[in-house]
Amino acid sequence: MTTPVAGKMSVVTMAVREGLGIPGMVMGASFLGFGSMVHESGFELWVGLASTFSGWALPGQIAMVELYGIGASLTVITLAVLFTNARLLPLTVTLFPHLNLGTLPRWRVYLLSHLIAVTSWAVAMRRCPELPDEHRLPFFTAFAATLWTLSMACTAAGYALSGAVPAPVSLGLVFLNPVYFMLLLAAERLRYRLLAIGAGALLGPAIHLFAPDWSLVVGGFAAGTLAFAVERWRRP
Amino acid sequence: MTETKILAALALAAGATYVWRAAGVFAAGWIRVDGAVFSWITYVAYGLLSALVARMIVMPVGSLHTIPLIVRLGCAAVALAVFFLTRRNIAGGVATGAGLLAFYVSLSS
Repeated sequence: MTTPVAGKMSVVTMAVREGLGIPGMVMGASFLGFGSMVHESGFELWVGLASTFSGWALPGQIAMVELYGIGASLTVITLAVLFTNARLLPLTVTLFPHLNLGTLPRWRVYLLSHLIAVTSWAVAMRRCPELPDEHRLPFFTAFAATLWTLSMACTAAGYALSGAVPAPVSLGLVFLNPVYFMLLLAAERLRYRLLAIGAGALLGPAIHLFAPDWSLVVGGFAAGTLAFAVERWRRP
Repeated sequence: MTETKILAALALAAGATYVWRAAGVFAAGWIRVDGAVFSWITYVAYGLLSALVARMIVMPVGSLHTIPLIVRLGCAAVALAVFFLTRRNIAGGVATGAGLLAFYVSLSS
């Protein structure tokens, strides 16, 4: 299945190609949706591009745009983004030992960690073990950088499309991400995570009725703590 | 003023995202990803993401609020049904849900 790799250059070519395949299409569609959402929320293009460039973790980016749109405080925005992106810590912890980072200066390792995202992690975790040690870092860097660049291009494209295409298409694009994340959550199989997801889905809108800006943080906090407590109680 | 606030929001959001990546580099090798604290943070992350998704569908802030609630819920339900009927095909579910919503808008405008 995997073709033998001759040199560093062909690893990079292979990684770029792979990035532009299925993973890039899925990620591109999400960022197309994000770009449309940025446009529909009344922001200028640079806000969306800056967000994708500096954040590159979609749920947090969407939370920021949504919360900013309802006039939430900076504290609420920071807390919501902080909690939605916690998944990046275990991704980094589990992937980096596979990259054969060796003597790479620490500052470059910290820089490299910006390229950690769910998609780049999932593909690199699968591909790295089958690559020779010295090809792992070039593969991950080229693959993730391709996805990151593509995400910015698609943010811009989604923004432009949203203003140019008829209403059905632009609304369909904005609807893309809520449905995508809903299905990602529905795909979860672990029981207590499903409890957190179900409770969050009920509490989020319910709390929104009387505390719109705090609903995500308080709802997520309550739902997560409930699931955690039930898990500890059921299997101590 | 607005410009300053959006810049601050972007910077804080970027920091709140990167801090986890940096903490991952820092902690690689000694942190227990399966410990109690991390388990709790993961549950809160799932709860928060779910609250965000539910709110975006039930009470959207942007242009989606022009579409009746029943239509938004219906499209989401169809997406879920397609997803489960096609052995958890995410792309198929998303395309059907978003396509159905676009179809409704084209009929009603």
